Amino acid sequence: MTKEKREIIIFSIFTLAVLIIPFFLRGSYYLNVLVFIGINTLLAVALNLLLGYAGQISLGHAAFFGLGAYISGVLTTRFGLDPWLVLVIAAAASGSLAFIIGFPILKLKGHYLAMATLGLGIIMYIIFNETVAVTGGPSGLSGIPNMHLGALIFDNDMNNYYLIWIITLIVMLLSINLSQSRIGRALRAIHNSEVAARVMGVNARILKVQIFTVSALISAVAGSLYAHTMTFISPASFGFNFSVELVTMVIIGGLGSIYGSFLGAAILTVLPEFLRVLQDFDIIVYGLLLIIMTMYLPGGLINGLQKIVEFAAGKVGKRGGSGA
Amino acid sequence: MDNSRQLFQYILSGLSNGAIYALIGFGFAIIHNATGIINFAQGEFVMLGGMFTLFFVAFLNLPLIPAIILAILVSTIVGIVFERLAVRPLKNAKPLSIVIITIGASILIRGIAMLVWGKDTHAVPAFSGSNPLYIVGATIMPQHLWIFAIAVLIIIGNKIFFSYSIIGKAMRACAYNAQAASLVGIDVKTMVLFSFIISSAIGSLAGIIIAPLTMTSYDVGIMLGLKGFCAVIIGGMSSGLGTVLGGLLLGLLESLGAGYLSASYKDAIAFIILLLILFIRPEGLFKKKETERV
Amino acid sequence: MNLPQAKSEKGAAAVLRIKNITKIFGGLTALEDVSFEVKDGSITGVIGPNGAGKTTLFNIVTGLYSQTSGDVYLGDKNISFFAPETLAGMGIVRTFQNVELFSEMTVLENVMVGLHTKSKSGIISCAFKLPSQIKEEKYIKEKAMHWLEFTGLADHADIEAANLPFGKGRILEISRALAVEPQVILMDEPAAGLNSLETSQLAMLIKRIRQSGITIVLVEHDMELVMNVCDSIVVLNLGKKLAEGTPREIQENQEVIAAYLGEG
Ligand SMILES: Nc1ncnc2c1ncn2[C@@H]1O[C@H](COP(=O)(O)OP(=O)(O)O)[C@@H](O)[C@H]1O
Ligand SMILES: [Mg+2]
Repeated sequence: MTKEKREIIIFSIFTLAVLIIPFFLRGSYYLNVLVFIGINTLLAVALNLLLGYAGQISLGHAAFFGLGAYISGVLTTRFGLDPWLVLVIAAAASGSLAFIIGFPILKLKGHYLAMATLGLGIIMYIIFNETVAVTGGPSGLSGIPNMHLGALIFDNDMNNYYLIWIITLIVMLLSINLSQSRIGRALRAIHNSEVAARVMGVNARILKVQIFTVSALISAVAGSLYAHTMTFISPASFGFNFSVELVTMVIIGGLGSIYGSFLGAAILTVLPEFLRVLQDFDIIVYGLLLIIMTMYLPGGLINGLQKIVEFAAGKVGKRGGSGA
Repeated sequence: MDNSRQLFQYILSGLSNGAIYALIGFGFAIIHNATGIINFAQGEFVMLGGMFTLFFVAFLNLPLIPAIILAILVSTIVGIVFERLAVRPLKNAKPLSIVIITIGASILIRGIAMLVWGKDTHAVPAFSGSNPLYIVGATIMPQHLWIFAIAVLIIIGNKIFFSYSIIGKAMRACAYNAQAASLVGIDVKTMVLFSFIISSAIGSLAGIIIAPLTMTSYDVGIMLGLKGFCAVIIGGMSSGLGTVLGGLLLGLLESLGAGYLSASYKDAIAFIILLLILFIRPEGLFKKKETERV
Repeated sequence: MNLPQAKSEKGAAAVLRIKNITKIFGGLTALEDVSFEVKDGSITGVIGPNGAGKTTLFNIVTGLYSQTSGDVYLGDKNISFFAPETLAGMGIVRTFQNVELFSEMTVLENVMVGLHTKSKSGIISCAFKLPSQIKEEKYIKEKAMHWLEFTGLADHADIEAANLPFGKGRILEISRALAVEPQVILMDEPAAGLNSLETSQLAMLIKRIRQSGITIVLVEHDMELVMNVCDSIVVLNLGKKLAEGTPREIQENQEVIAAYLGEG
């Protein structure tokens, strides 16, 4: 019970912080960065459900993000559909694709799964590039309308911030709930020993496909929000490099931690701002981070933070104890 | 006449690309069989081969042959460093960690290459000029002949090495059962190191011989690596005939597909084949299915 | 078609029947035409030298391997080629020779996974914490604690499984299997690596499990344990059934003695 209460308190504090931060940043450029942290958090949480919980790697998740963005972009600009309707269509389409491809692809394990998802990502990337008549090809698709809610149009950073972060918070909460349920346990069981999980009655095959579907669906929602926020999209945002960046976010933050995904997303969104001097060479830093984190801090930063906090709390507790 | 000449051209370039894919595939198989690892950085050695050759020829003004030899040497040293720093410390790491580390290494190598050589695409001089030869009415670049000749030599050399040399046999024993191999006194760690040496050498050589045809840049390793992987998957993770056939098949399909269907989807063809093979026959086209140990 | 349920002379029904099972790996015949029955509520030992095919047999019965030929029946039902998760739902569960715990999860969570078939909330109701899911979660937790108390691991509930001493890990595997509320538990060398105190505690636990009405199939090298707890014993050697009978009959069987002596 106490664990559950702690969980609720942490989420409440996090939510409160997210909701009040904009008041300190009104009109600032940082608000714009926070919007992208929100989108990336959504993506990292989605990938974490698959990678951190179920232990199944995807090196092609940018494809689902891109699919969401392009479905939104194309249906609004060419057919004038409503952005909200289009968001739902994008999520459903991306989820369906993941569901169908999930059965054969998730039969694969480890390196083979990594290669297959990478291949899937590249195929989608080629499609975004080559179906010029629909997507505009390499030069991109512009004029995508902003989201709206009645008369409220999400055309500035402040509005977009709340739109994206409210959705992100909801997805984070649902994911936390899921991770603490029988489904979350079954996913972690698959991660630890798929054979034992199956013998205990977990239908690993179906469950992996289900979580892959959910993950693709959330990624498409992120893609749709991205398209309506940016109003311009091009294939370069949805390539292999971005898929690797997503994996990096999840690993750096901490596999199997929802707050870790936020942390990873935040770091990888902000890092390029600091690495601007390095221009495109930030990928060197990503490469190093991936290697070093996996080798020396496999629990991710959130785990490191937790240890520091526990250590500090332990010290304080001890001091309090001796004083009393 | 024109049609059949075109077909010949497609087949020729398909086969020469295919030979390259097979060589790259060998690199995957050799490391996989020694360690159980799929080395995602494999393609980077291919890139390094081409880039170093160019560097030695164009910037240091070395003659071609020494440049090539140096390029292979340096790429192999990168392979050794990679094995020492990132693979050897892993021991019993989970496949997921290994995938991520080799991906990390691959972007690191690519990033450094970009830092050093920039983002431009470079032409690499052909080994013996670029005047096409005319054979039965079709044109053939001398570089194609180089590719075929070198590929055949490597394939034969590889076969002889693994069948007859002591080290090659020891490596095969490790691949079959590392524990048993170490019991009979084979130093498994050294064999793993050898596997990285051989596959980075073969990979870089593959990159060197194709560079004059396709040009080279810091990021060619991704695609070439993936296509090599596709070849070795078709070949059932062997460094033998299966992978050669896999590479040639892939090269042909890709070239014919690009020629007769759509050039812009050329790369997609390889990945569709890759997915189909992984879905339908992950054990490769030429192997029997085995019961996976639990 | 309903096969008549096989009745033994004492009247206990055969809950599990292995019929002419053959398993060939490439060129290696790991099991050859093996048949035997496991009576309801019994403890049946399966013994034999290393490589005899015991684990392979378990893998086939629990759906992890497909046999080359032959059938497995649970009661009247032919369960050949059923998936492990289906079999768990039908009440067949096992432990592993090389302990297969969910090592990054707590002891309690390990057992809670065992209750997977006893609960049914899907992704949606878990994500939204619907009332039915909250109720179910409470049930799962209580039930899991119950099994930890049954096996004596309750004190360790919140420890990560990876940090459990080896002997306790084996017990955790059994606890997790019990949570499935199986008809039959197949235990693959549960005493391997245990000290003598732990082994005698295990023997008592096995007997208590049988008392609660669960049938046990036991692969084990510890002959004292086998002879002590088993009602009947099947001996495998080089993939073939060498003998079958009560512990006493097996101990006196010349062929069995020869096979074991030959083994060293
Ligand atoms: N998946 C597999 N592939 C190939 N051979 C196997 C496989 N599983 C088991 N074997 C072989 O089958 C034989 C029986 O093994 P096993 O059932 O583990 O024996 P036991 O449990 O009685 O010691 C051994 O020779 C073993 O090497
Ligand atoms: Mg065994």
